[in-house]
Amino acid sequence: MNKTVLDLWVGLFVIAGVAALLFLALKVGSTSVVSVANSYEVVARFDNIGGLKPRAPIKSAGVVVGRVADIRFDNETFEAAVTLRLDNRYAFPKDTAAAIMTSGLLGEQYIGLEAGGDSQMLKDQDRIFITQSAVVLENLIGRFMYGQAQEGAPQ
Amino acid sequence: MPMTCDWKNSVLKRSIENLGNRTLQGVWRIGFAARFFVAVLLHSGTAFRRFGLTIREMYFTGVLSLIIILVSGLFVGMVLGLQGYETLQTYGAEEALGILVALSLVRELGPVVAALLFASRAGSAITAEIGLMKATEQLSAMEMMAVDPIARVVAPRFWAGVISMPLLAALFSAMGIFGGYLVGVQLIGVDEGAFWSQMKSAVDLERDILNGVIKSVVFGVAITTIALFEGYDAPPTAEGVSGATTRTVVASSLAVLALDFVLTAFMFRGLN
Amino acid sequence: MHNDNLVEIEDVEFGYGDRPVLKGVNLTARRGQVIAIMGSSGCGKTTLLRLIGGQIKPGRGTVRVAGQSLGELGQAGLYRLRRKMGMLFQFGALFTDISVFDNVAFQLREHTDLPEDAIRDLVLMKLHAVGLRGASQLMPAELSGGMARRVALARAIALDPMLVMYDEPFAGLDPISLGITGNLIRRLTDTLGLTSLVVTHDVQESLKIVDYIYFVSEGVIVAEGTAAEIRASDLPYVHQFVHGEADGPVPFHYPAPSYADDLRLEKQRA
Repeated sequence: MNKTVLDLWVGLFVIAGVAALLFLALKVGSTSVVSVANSYEVVARFDNIGGLKPRAPIKSAGVVVGRVADIRFDNETFEAAVTLRLDNRYAFPKDTAAAIMTSGLLGEQYIGLEAGGDSQMLKDQDRIFITQSAVVLENLIGRFMYGQAQEGAPQ
Repeated sequence: MPMTCDWKNSVLKRSIENLGNRTLQGVWRIGFAARFFVAVLLHSGTAFRRFGLTIREMYFTGVLSLIIILVSGLFVGMVLGLQGYETLQTYGAEEALGILVALSLVRELGPVVAALLFASRAGSAITAEIGLMKATEQLSAMEMMAVDPIARVVAPRFWAGVISMPLLAALFSAMGIFGGYLVGVQLIGVDEGAFWSQMKSAVDLERDILNGVIKSVVFGVAITTIALFEGYDAPPTAEGVSGATTRTVVASSLAVLALDFVLTAFMFRGLN
Repeated sequence: MHNDNLVEIEDVEFGYGDRPVLKGVNLTARRGQVIAIMGSSGCGKTTLLRLIGGQIKPGRGTVRVAGQSLGELGQAGLYRLRRKMGMLFQFGALFTDISVFDNVAFQLREHTDLPEDAIRDLVLMKLHAVGLRGASQLMPAELSGGMARRVALARAIALDPMLVMYDEPFAGLDPISLGITGNLIRRLTDTLGLTSLVVTHDVQESLKIVDYIYFVSEGVIVAEGTAAEIRASDLPYVHQFVHGEADGPVPFHYPAPSYADDLRLEKQRA
């Protein structure tokens, strides 16, 4: 086997392999929207986070603007403290509301941000005060049944 | 002749002894293989200083495996497309076909199936080649000419295998996704835009693709080490070499599947 | 200190596990001589070569080459010594994936910094010495057995070693190749000033070219002497070996129970 022909084939092989990797990386995959470098963090407290997981998307008007960085349990207030990592490009007013929503009917949960009207913007390490916990299906069904029972009772 | 229940010579005792013996042999052999692995790493200087040697081996392990990898990748992707569509359709979720094909391939099928194919094609070839060199005293001759066979013959093949494996796995996954696209979009009629955009939003670079690459590197190390060791340790006869070749394929396939479980459990447990 | 003995083996014992192969061997090889080590198969001849080459270590005793004890040499020292030794394996052991030329050039390329032109000249010289200069571009698979061994010989002398070891160089050769090989061994030893150690059981060919012979049987040296002495020897083992007698100290029959008993059992069953 001639050495130059061999080198040529190996070169082609490596190029093809790297191209495949690039194809996978760029066309098939997507990087996390926010890396630590170009983001700022905000904290929000919830009574119940439902099925929210770290790295869940944070959306506003349906567009992903960040990811959930961390979820902790506060043993004193018995609330969940969620750290939201938001992209530097997007600034939100201080009175923005954060709600835990479900994607589709049974999909994964994400945080939806509804912008407020405050002229001052959220900065790094600020806190979102207006929060809405996740809808827990059992509670919903319980309330519905209770409501039905109430309607039935006076008769 | 009367049949007595003779404990000392009974079949049961002998089978237990046999089993114990074989297990001990197996453990001893694993230790031997581990020392071999360390020796290969320590003597890898030549493989890098004279990179031409490694490149030459990459031709034989990587380039010559291309056909089987590309064709198999294509077929696996196409089957995923068919089977995936069949099932997703019942939930009205055909547009998620892209996600299904891509994630299956990138996370699991790409690294694992490519590794199994690599083990049977390149792994067995390496074992046969080294075993034959040992049987025809070429390795001995090299030693007597003051050239370390581990540095000159074994280490370049090791690094060639480790470098080739992730490239082959990526090519397998890429071909598979293309195959899934062919079947899903072109043949069946799933929406092309939905196919690619849903895929892109669900496949994560670090979690899925990077983990897939890490898996294939680990598989490459395991397969190449086993192949080289079996060849180097083979009895220098015809049956010895052919037995070693078979052992390479079996042992490296099992190793790949076992490592896959370990790596998957480790990488994807943080899914919660 | 330059001693006339290139190789000295003293009281060497070697075995695999509990199976002894060499049980106390004493052997010296003087410079410039062709020395044969003879004996029937499996008596430890090849083991001796491997001990001298440092591929295995003796259980007991010392092996000295050019005054250096092999047991005291580290890996680097052993490799340095091996560059001055050449070994011809039984079937050549040529590297099958490269050409004849590249095989002979192997040591030159690995161990020297000579430019390709110089290497080319040296390789062609060595091939010419064994009569195969015209075959330099062939691949080992295209060579006959005798030719392969000659190429291997050219490869072994590429770095002008001081000692060349031959493992059964005459095995399986046709009469012409036999003659050529024997001739080459003698000529190279004389012209290059080497020492040659030939392990063989071809008596006729070796007696023509050797200076000294050692007979190994069952792990010990049973006889030694010059070609003339050996030919005239009346030691039973040597006599049986040299004259190719069917029975003698090396028995014809593999150990077995008495013939009569074996036959009687047969008759009973029938």
